[in-house]
Amino acid sequence: MKITAEEIKVFLKNVVTMIEAEKDYLCELDRKLGDGDHGVTMSIGWQAVNEKLEGDLKEEQDCGKISIVTGRTFLSAVGSSVGPLYATGFMRGAKAFQGKSELSGEDLKDFWIAFIEGIKERGKAEVGDKTMIDTLQPALESLQSNFGKSNDFLSAFESVVQAAEKGMESTKDILSKRGRSSRLGERSLGTIDPGAASSFMILKTFLTTIKSAQVA
Amino acid sequence: MKKLINNPTKVVEEMIEGYVKAYPNHVRQLTENERALVTAKETREGKVGVLIGGGSGHEPAFIGYVGDGMADGVAVGNIFASPPPDPILEATKVIDKGEGVIYVYGNYAGDVMNFGMAAELADLESGIRVGSVLVTDDVASAPKEEKEKRRGIAGEFFVTKAAGAAADKGYNLDDVVRVAQKANDYTRTMGVGLTPCSLPQTGKPSFVLAENEMEIGLGHHGEPGIEKGDLQPADQVVDRLVHDILTDMPIDSGEKVAVLVNGLGSTTNMELYIMFRRVEQILSEKGIEIHRSYVGSYSTSLEMGGASVTITKLDEELAAFIDHPADCPMYVQK
Repeated sequence: MKITAEEIKVFLKNVVTMIEAEKDYLCELDRKLGDGDHGVTMSIGWQAVNEKLEGDLKEEQDCGKISIVTGRTFLSAVGSSVGPLYATGFMRGAKAFQGKSELSGEDLKDFWIAFIEGIKERGKAEVGDKTMIDTLQPALESLQSNFGKSNDFLSAFESVVQAAEKGMESTKDILSKRGRSSRLGERSLGTIDPGAASSFMILKTFLTTIKSAQVA
Repeated sequence: MKKLINNPTKVVEEMIEGYVKAYPNHVRQLTENERALVTAKETREGKVGVLIGGGSGHEPAFIGYVGDGMADGVAVGNIFASPPPDPILEATKVIDKGEGVIYVYGNYAGDVMNFGMAAELADLESGIRVGSVLVTDDVASAPKEEKEKRRGIAGEFFVTKAAGAAADKGYNLDDVVRVAQKANDYTRTMGVGLTPCSLPQTGKPSFVLAENEMEIGLGHHGEPGIEKGDLQPADQVVDRLVHDILTDMPIDSGEKVAVLVNGLGSTTNMELYIMFRRVEQILSEKGIEIHRSYVGSYSTSLEMGGASVTITKLDEELAAFIDHPADCPMYVQK
């Protein structure tokens, strides 16, 4: 499969739209676990990315640069804890895209592996801590094993999104251990972690984007 | 919740604009990054720079503590969110006078990552030495065995004060870090929450407390505390707060302390003085000497109702730094 720089930008645009639609839901999850601003924070960051997509990045064909600018812009706009986490993801992932205007399945696999590894390294959270890692770690494992078997990125990524969804759902049943919600104890049960939710949504948006790119 | 604002997404920008215009003799905004403010007087050559920062919504913290004897620069985040590395880095470059910069900030996941990234960049890009002290005074936020996981709240004022005074007296970076770390190790805070605050962008309360309910140990961003119960009279609440502090950090008769009774936003000074009255009674009964006291809203959480008690144990060195003069827009001490 081939994914172009324009399609990467469509993906980022789709994330912008998706976050606006899910903003209130993400805030609602966060109100139960933290200070209730995860949707607002994601919106601030992705709106800033949107400005770049419509400005500096409009003509950009280097997928690596697109990814770096996305990470840096998101970070500068939000700070917070999601800023460094997602920014590290996009900036590490950018290495797999460097200098390329067209991406192979191999490049996309390398991007998402570096993306997730970067977030893990920055946040130092582990599976079971009720964070986005509960979504991303199963996604990473699924990507490594399924892409290895088939070399078909699209079908591998379908499994990735399924694994990510399961991981996200699992955060309902775990007590918060990290971040501001870590003192909630039992009160944190029953609610999906907002970071686990937003990271799942991003992966899912990537899948829908490359699927429609494939059809087109 | 009613708020006098224009645009919920512009509150931080408009606040900074007003603040800088109100105190042009104290602070200036960097052209390189509008979320970075530094002292208007220029940091002295050879002095260690002191940089503070964190989310907005805690005013007068953190912007109010830039000035002589306190911080040289501040990085301003979105509401209740750590600033990104850029304003931290830009302020660092301006306040570094060859002796390095100390970062003093509260121990929150976001702040640790952003200040950590900025410190790495300061070293890589400009060869600036950065030392960091993470404030962990909130007794309720983690048990004693996991003190390093505790959050930073009102006690950050004393840690900033110690770092600012030590830097002002010409200590080198290692010593400023040592002094600030000691101030943090000797500082404990316990708070109580009465009413929630709401974020301007969502307008919704960040947590729920019933009309006659209070929450001991409630965090500065509405993080749940350790105990919810019926609202008690001020004396009983203070007894509980001071008891928890002294259990966590025993203080002997004859020792000196600094005390801060801090309002969270909508709690009146009247209530804070009533609380301080009780703190003083308890400490003097135990023969603990209050060397200096501070009562007021030093670190708030928007319009949250509630207060905290901070006690810092003072040895000779820290006592001298607590007495050191300061001249900031929101805090002057002669």
